[in-house]
Amino acid sequence: MNSKMSDRRGFLKGSAALAGLAVGSIPFANGKALASVTPALINGGNGAAPLPTNLGVTPDEPTIQDLLYGGRSKYETSVRSHSVNGPTGTRNLTPLQDTIGVITPSSFHFLVLRDQHLPNINPREHTLMIYGMVDRPTVFTMEEIKRLPSVSRVHWLECTGNSGMMHYRAYLQNLKAGRKDDMTLIQAMHGRTSCSEWTGVPLSLLLKEVGVQKGASWLVSEGNDLSRHAKSMPLAKAMDDVFVAYGQNGEALRREQGYPLRMLVPGSQGVNNVKYLKSIKLVDKPYYIQSEISGYTNPKPNGQASWYETQQGPKSLITFPSDPHKLPGPGLYEISGIAWCGRGKIARVEVSTDNGRTWKDANLQQPVMTKAWTRFRLGWNWDGTETVIMSRCTDESGAVQPTMMELARFWGDQVEPHIPASEIEHWWANSSIAQEFLNPQILPWRVKPDGSIHDALYNTLLPNPYFPV
Amino acid sequence: MRCTTPYCRIRISRSKSYFLLPVMALLACGTAMAQLPTYKVGRPATEAEMRPWDAVVGSDGKELPPGSGSAKEGAALFAAQCSFCHGKDGQGGVIVPTSFGFTYSRLVGGVGTINSPTGIKTVGSYMPYATTIWDFINRAMPPFPLEKNLTPDNVYAAVAFILYKNGIIKETDVMDKNSLLEVQMPNRHGFYPDPPQEKPGKDGYWLPRWELAAKPAAK
Ligand code: HEC
Repeated sequence: MNSKMSDRRGFLKGSAALAGLAVGSIPFANGKALASVTPALINGGNGAAPLPTNLGVTPDEPTIQDLLYGGRSKYETSVRSHSVNGPTGTRNLTPLQDTIGVITPSSFHFLVLRDQHLPNINPREHTLMIYGMVDRPTVFTMEEIKRLPSVSRVHWLECTGNSGMMHYRAYLQNLKAGRKDDMTLIQAMHGRTSCSEWTGVPLSLLLKEVGVQKGASWLVSEGNDLSRHAKSMPLAKAMDDVFVAYGQNGEALRREQGYPLRMLVPGSQGVNNVKYLKSIKLVDKPYYIQSEISGYTNPKPNGQASWYETQQGPKSLITFPSDPHKLPGPGLYEISGIAWCGRGKIARVEVSTDNGRTWKDANLQQPVMTKAWTRFRLGWNWDGTETVIMSRCTDESGAVQPTMMELARFWGDQVEPHIPASEIEHWWANSSIAQEFLNPQILPWRVKPDGSIHDALYNTLLPNPYFPV
Repeated sequence: MRCTTPYCRIRISRSKSYFLLPVMALLACGTAMAQLPTYKVGRPATEAEMRPWDAVVGSDGKELPPGSGSAKEGAALFAAQCSFCHGKDGQGGVIVPTSFGFTYSRLVGGVGTINSPTGIKTVGSYMPYATTIWDFINRAMPPFPLEKNLTPDNVYAAVAFILYKNGIIKETDVMDKNSLLEVQMPNRHGFYPDPPQEKPGKDGYWLPRWELAAKPAAK
């Protein structure tokens, strides 16, 4: 963020100097004539007198960039943060502590790169091929896809490992390495979720166009990135609410989000939403691809791992106040956060400000949308004493966000009755094997008397003998 | 009522209600009609363009190309092109920079350790099908910025070497389109549900069913 800011300042200074040298002779502030930008365009084409040509020379005059694509106030500095230990860490996690409402600005949307390569695909050359067990293997250009009936829907994406214990290790390692400045806990632990309005064509429509053959029950989609991410999906899900998206938040997909085309699989793990989507093959079984075996599977204490789990949540998280915030003193605050689930809508969010003893219903931002973030808000009068605050949500089918212990019971006593919940909880906290337990547990924050906010879950699970921090 | 014919057709054929077909066709939008595309956009994919794109290999190995390789050939290749990131003989110990914070740099060992908190996930200890290894190396290794230059023979050889180092095949075993499918991976039965969930449950749920989580189990 700092380099961006200083670039901008340098740019302003530079242009001021230029203007001083040759008053009136500079077509635009950056000293370069921009042939495609006419004064009429800047004035909205209304024929009014052209703006002075010394745009951006004094600090509050807009630069040509301000007018063409705009930018945020220089006082807003929030950015995506690192997720990785080591100097090669990519800035890729959503700054949840600074999110407002339910739409994540595209510049804040988290991303996961399979390797250190960010494709730059020309949409005129990009095609989608649908083949395999279909009557008519077909190639669609981007232009053709955009001619088909489209839908716009608001949906969250979430990486399977979001809020997982293994990220706490990375977070602590970062702190140790002195990278505290850009590692807030909420971002490091939970920043692998975002919510956008996506626009595209229902996959069911495309599949109907190509004619799915009898016996097809799964499909395999593949991306055109260098690591060629691929993923299997049940046909029943594809026919339900999946779409291929080319739009995000009112403009084309961002490059980090799979420009020009991506799979959008509402309510399911992020890994299913194949970016740079180039082919879809209809098949009769899952393909047991590395990305659905090595990762995105959950080994249990008995050595058995669950796989092909898709439905996330219900899950909620208080984003204000959270880890980086500091309350200036006792008084009235609005607790605000997000809730989401993989099945239908969020029906209810409750907030506790006394460590789970009592709960109050929060207000839900309307409209509440299916498989979209739901923003919740609740006024809170903080008396200045130490306490723990947390939220818990219920989806429209009645499923309630579990506590860590209830989650352990789910994996242990419920799903695998021969494994006691206590063993699962111990395993979850201690295992050195990367766990991707689709972590929807209730996420509490500790409010200290000085107004600072701290994690009240992960640190209680330490010391972990297998996490050499 | 929208016609989602491919789906209808599958469900009908599954339940073997062939007699219902004409009725369904009348009620919905006509099976014969629906065989045809509605929007007529896109062009037919040719065999020639499907072949190079049809690279993802499933557990049936249908997409495997001709070619072969043994652990012996693989050893030299691995030392030259892979050990840089995966350690000598795939033993790991190298920090591989990835953007998601943890790595799968170790490819060998750990068989039988997955049921312990200190378990070691490797190709040998964890992957249920040898085709998965072939597919991943073929499409994704070595990663950017290195050039993906492996021939099918190279990939068969690399797979043979990794399997051999895991004690799963013999050094002299030759891996090809057929022998690869005969390899028994130690963790073949380490996953559930097997086969994976293909349809949501009667109540519309996909796994996992979190509503169970918040109802404490009866002790
Ligand atoms: C530049 C470093 C690098 C080089 C060189 C490299 N790999 Fe990899 N390899 C990786 C990374 C990183 C992963 C994990 C990628 C992922 O999961 O997305 C990986 C994963 C793998 C996996 C899957 C492991 C698992 O458990 O999922 C196999 C198999 C593999 N590599 C084989 C090879 C072979 C064979 C070569 C040589 C031809 C090679 N690699 C060269 C970095 C490298």
